[in-house]
Amino acid sequence: MGLRKTVTGIFGQESFVTTRLDSAIGWARKYSLFLYPFVTACCGMEYMSISCAHYDLDRFGAALPRFSPRQADVLMVVGTISHKIAPVLHRIYEQMTEPKWVVAFGVCTCTGGFYDNYATVQGIDTIIPVDIYIPGCPPNPHTFLQGLMMLQEKIQKQKQEY
Amino acid sequence: MGKATEIIREKFTEFILDHHENGGDETVIIKPEGLLKVAKFIKTHPELDFNILMDIAGVDYLGREPRFEVVYHFYSMRRKARLRIKLPVSETDPEVDTLTVYWKGADWYEREVWDMFGVRFRGHPNLKRILMYDGFEGHPLRKDYPFNKRQPRIGPIN
Repeated sequence: MGLRKTVTGIFGQESFVTTRLDSAIGWARKYSLFLYPFVTACCGMEYMSISCAHYDLDRFGAALPRFSPRQADVLMVVGTISHKIAPVLHRIYEQMTEPKWVVAFGVCTCTGGFYDNYATVQGIDTIIPVDIYIPGCPPNPHTFLQGLMMLQEKIQKQKQEY
Repeated sequence: MGKATEIIREKFTEFILDHHENGGDETVIIKPEGLLKVAKFIKTHPELDFNILMDIAGVDYLGREPRFEVVYHFYSMRRKARLRIKLPVSETDPEVDTLTVYWKGADWYEREVWDMFGVRFRGHPNLKRILMYDGFEGHPLRKDYPFNKRQPRIGPIN
């Protein structure tokens, strides 16, 4: 009884909605993001606070970290990437199954930041494709949440492979 | 002159180049050939008893001769005292004796100095790069290493 009332409340008397398949799949995908945290540096502290209860990533369906790239949808690159670890990052990206997205968290992953030196990769987009750049040193949690919502928007609007 | 400096100078006058003291921490600058003898002495002498090798650092004084300096930091747990020993190292043959025979912890410190400055350690059991990767050319903390030189393992040279 209660359920029926809710359903008619949302969809009207008809009890069904029409949509495009792409849009429906995008809607499902954007609210079930499994993150792979590739955390290498101090940005990790900020990422930890974001992924805890206070900012509540479960609101976005993105709270569950998967520590196997084969089970993850979003590669979160958090922290400075050195030339030494660059092949590892590339390998992790290749191990992820489609569909997959990459978020560059922090200015070091976006451009290398102030580490313009012999050791640091000058932006991870020189190695792997990046979907969302979240700058900051470290990024404010709200900046991250905005980035996450932008990623959801991007997933919703993109052509869905299935 | 501090107490440790005095004891070392009494025993090894021929190796001591210079010494100074600041805030109770003593520094002795010695000739590289005296390192092993002085190190064993300060570790075993009951009034010195420097049983911990805390750190080894390299310094590049480009344009000066001898160009490099290797700096050792010792600590005595019992006496709560510190001692710094500096070794001038020439550019033509940057090699000093290893301290792994007396302090096993010297192993990684010496690998780091080799990696960053290219100072070799005679008798080291496993002298290879520790921070940089295999195939990296040069020693990045040398002052004449080009600041914009990049040697990526994958991806473009950015």
